[in-house]
Amino acid sequence: MNKAIMAALVLTASCAGLSVASAQDKPESKPDKLKVGFVYVGPVGDFGWSYQHDQARQAIVKEFGDKVETTYLEKVSEGPDGERSIEQLARAGNKLIFVTSFGYMDSVIKVAKKYPDVKFEHATGYKREPNVSTYAGRFYEGRTIQGTIAAKISKKGVLGYIGSFPVPEVISGINATILAAQKINPNIKVKIVWVNSWFNPGKEADAAKALIDQGADVIMQHTDSAAAVQIANERGIHAFGQDSDMIKFGPKAQLTAIINNWTPYYVSRVKAVMDGNWASQDVWEGLKDKMIQMAPYTNMPDDVKKLAADTEAGIAAGTIKPFACPILDQEGKEVECKGGDQLDDGQIRGMNFYVKGIDDKIPGK
Amino acid sequence: MSLVLERRSERSVAIALLSPLLAITLTLLTLTIVFVALGKNPAAALAVYFITPLTDGYSLQEIAVKASPLIMIAVGLALCYRANAWNIGAEGQLLIGAIAGSGLAVMTHGTNPGPWLMPAMLLVGALAGAAYALIPALCKVRFGASEILISLMLVYVAGLLLDYLVRGPWRDPAGFNFPTTAEFDPAATLPLLIAGSRVHAGLILTMIAVVAAAVLLGRTLKGFEIRVVGTAPRAARFAGFNADRLVLTTFAISGALAGLAGIIEVAGPIGRLQPDISPGYGFTAIIVAFLGRLNPLGILASGLFLALTFIGGEQAQIALKLPQDMTGVIQGILLFYVLACDSLILYRIRWRSPQRKALHGPL
Amino acid sequence: MGLFEAILLSIVTASTPLLLAASGELITERAGVLNLGVEGMMLIGAVCGFAGAWATGSTAIGALCGIAAGVALSALFAAAAIGLAINQVAAGLAVTILGTGLAGLIGAPFVGENITAAPHLWLPWLTDIPLIGKLLFGQDALVYLSIGLIAAIAYVLARTRTGLILRAVGDDPASAHALGYNVAAIRTRAVLFGGGCAGLAGAYLTLAYTPFYAPGMTAGRGWIALALVVFASWRPGRLVAGAILFGAVSILQLHAQAIGLGVPSQLMSALPYLATVLVLVLISRVRRGGSVAPAALGTAFVPER
Repeated sequence: MNKAIMAALVLTASCAGLSVASAQDKPESKPDKLKVGFVYVGPVGDFGWSYQHDQARQAIVKEFGDKVETTYLEKVSEGPDGERSIEQLARAGNKLIFVTSFGYMDSVIKVAKKYPDVKFEHATGYKREPNVSTYAGRFYEGRTIQGTIAAKISKKGVLGYIGSFPVPEVISGINATILAAQKINPNIKVKIVWVNSWFNPGKEADAAKALIDQGADVIMQHTDSAAAVQIANERGIHAFGQDSDMIKFGPKAQLTAIINNWTPYYVSRVKAVMDGNWASQDVWEGLKDKMIQMAPYTNMPDDVKKLAADTEAGIAAGTIKPFACPILDQEGKEVECKGGDQLDDGQIRGMNFYVKGIDDKIPGK
Repeated sequence: MSLVLERRSERSVAIALLSPLLAITLTLLTLTIVFVALGKNPAAALAVYFITPLTDGYSLQEIAVKASPLIMIAVGLALCYRANAWNIGAEGQLLIGAIAGSGLAVMTHGTNPGPWLMPAMLLVGALAGAAYALIPALCKVRFGASEILISLMLVYVAGLLLDYLVRGPWRDPAGFNFPTTAEFDPAATLPLLIAGSRVHAGLILTMIAVVAAAVLLGRTLKGFEIRVVGTAPRAARFAGFNADRLVLTTFAISGALAGLAGIIEVAGPIGRLQPDISPGYGFTAIIVAFLGRLNPLGILASGLFLALTFIGGEQAQIALKLPQDMTGVIQGILLFYVLACDSLILYRIRWRSPQRKALHGPL
Repeated sequence: MGLFEAILLSIVTASTPLLLAASGELITERAGVLNLGVEGMMLIGAVCGFAGAWATGSTAIGALCGIAAGVALSALFAAAAIGLAINQVAAGLAVTILGTGLAGLIGAPFVGENITAAPHLWLPWLTDIPLIGKLLFGQDALVYLSIGLIAAIAYVLARTRTGLILRAVGDDPASAHALGYNVAAIRTRAVLFGGGCAGLAGAYLTLAYTPFYAPGMTAGRGWIALALVVFASWRPGRLVAGAILFGAVSILQLHAQAIGLGVPSQLMSALPYLATVLVLVLISRVRRGGSVAPAALGTAFVPER
């Protein structure tokens, strides 16, 4: 036994020594490389929200090659770990850091104040600093197209909507869907199920089944997995993908999908830092700037395809306004129209009411 | 012929001292193989995980901040486990403590109520955690229901209650309907110990908890009772110790510490109540408790060590582009080896052939 | 297909992974071993099952890969908790941590990949019977397997010598040892069986439930399976009832929302957990005096020479 213990001791010591020795000659990366960091809330392989951000990261590497070095931290809890993760990236020499979930908002601001020479890009937040920009996608624009298609496709006039959490982004998506659908079919109904998670494939599948069993024949989702599309495919009805093109999972079911395309924005921001003209801004982009893209229109008649494409073009051109006034709330009261002929951005970003025609109640309200 | 365990006549002191070293050696060897298989330089990789974080002040501070709740919760759990009471729902008690303490902060928001607020929040957090822990304890004592499973089930209930509150009644009215409470007032925020860092006053409370638990276990009659009930329940009954009451006491203490850790996290590093306040501290603390051999001072060391692997894991993602899952693999391997080596304190491993067994008979 | 029938079908699908994992854990616990690593074993089973099916195109091979992965991880647990008499709670948690990490590493290349779902049975005439046709004769193979498995477990536990020995080892390992039984070997086999079942349960998720792989997709089902075993007071018959009840609560809360009952969804989501607590208390209360749990559950056994 003594021999074994000695051997163990020797091994421990030599390992430790080796580690120290090698730690010292760790190569430093060349200073002319721009280091860009990313913080993801999910695993990089969620095939949803974080996955799409990572696609954009890879696009940066492709675009700039040797001139950039990217690093990401995945599965970062939005609690106390958020601030540390962002600061670790700043300390590691990243000069531009993309922080890709709302829950990190306070953390981003705190770290940004400590590292004034580092630029931060915070997705879906609303607090800014001279070195903190915010950006988000006008996801509701895609919902307007989906609502249009859904009303055309649905035979029963009942849509099924799988919600994650009742935050304004999701509420505005539901409203945009219904407002568009009502233009085609004024009596359109929507059934909403909250799964209290952005990502829980089994529960999303169960929710899709429940909605279909209760008569919905088009499934929409504001959750990240492909489960609902798969179920729709199996049951022979239609659905929309979310975050990325999910046609692979529902070749007969997917009508289109809202694709979060962060690449143009990320590339432009990296370029801005390289050119020295990065400035704090608040960006909310949609179809026009291609931050939101629609997957190919499939599994629908040509006239619906054309209608969808026209709607897409109309929104991009600004001729179709998803939240055009007048808008009535559930009680039939007209909502104040702060943006002239449509709701203004603040009203959409903080949306906390259902429009008339939704026969449900926002949870927690 | 087979390998069998054999109880030592007494604890092996030599192995007790050497087993952590042996476990770390085995872990490092295993990881070396893993890193080679992944095509990484093992020495450099191990250095990033275990050594680089120790070489600068910032990382050391962050290790302390990360370890603080783990240690505080684990100390309470150790008392439970020593007394054979299996509280594995500390995560839920943490959440309830955070919710209850935050309730005060939310209610007094904008009123500047005075210096009593912070101590009151901590007290309420601890009491709420204790009360929540008493549910499984009472179910066990009264009905004989498994405290392991009830405490576990209540974790999910607590998480959903938190979710409901921050998305509903307690939502910040000025926060664009996002699911958080308003940012806490300065009076409801824990003071920092080192300006410009995240080292907060909660660390002092953690240290007090460690010392208090060490004294309780080592120097008091209650501690003696805990140890006897845990190791020799029959003897404890003869001695007149009430095992049921001890379950309630230890559950209450561990719940209080978990609740305290929860409100400290919310009033300290986070600064507001939000849906995601703990990256599983209550579960990780169970591991910390076992790694520290259910001994308060051991837990102090193991909590810091586990925090090191978290910080190191992040630095490995940055420096080596290793996936985050690697951290879990490392922690799992480490835990197995530490537990396995500790087993040798009580047992020795012997080769035994069937013939010899037959010769000696069943006795 | 009527709404009632549709709900029943969804409940069966939701119950099956729970039943599979809990069946294995029931055997493990009946042998006196508490393995809290079900979640980790399910995850590793899910990813390996998917990998197997993806590589070969065969659901059966995928299921076997899932079982093998669960067995492998439970072997580690057995080595620690039985071989070295390590605390079972700690060893089980280590299995969950390790399994989750490993599943993430193994699964990374399979994200976004697609396989065909496990085929459903279709019998002429029988499957078309209204109301019960699909329920009885239109499921996938793993559903029937899970039912056969639990029936076999019930039979073995109640009627065979093997079952008797298994229960003896879980209730009074010292006496079993004195009678000449190898407690460690029997317990190890029970743990491996439990690991195989958990692996298969995980594979069910990626092969039949939602035929793709995503990190963390078990979403706490392993913990529910653990609760189920206690809920069933270690009886196979009640395990089936419990699995159906758990599946039913999770499905019906979604239906209640779709109808628009207006109950907070968090409360709905909390119902299965609250139900478990309630039942735990009730069954323990009814049987006060005589413990329902295997007497030696969770304690290591090392023979005194």
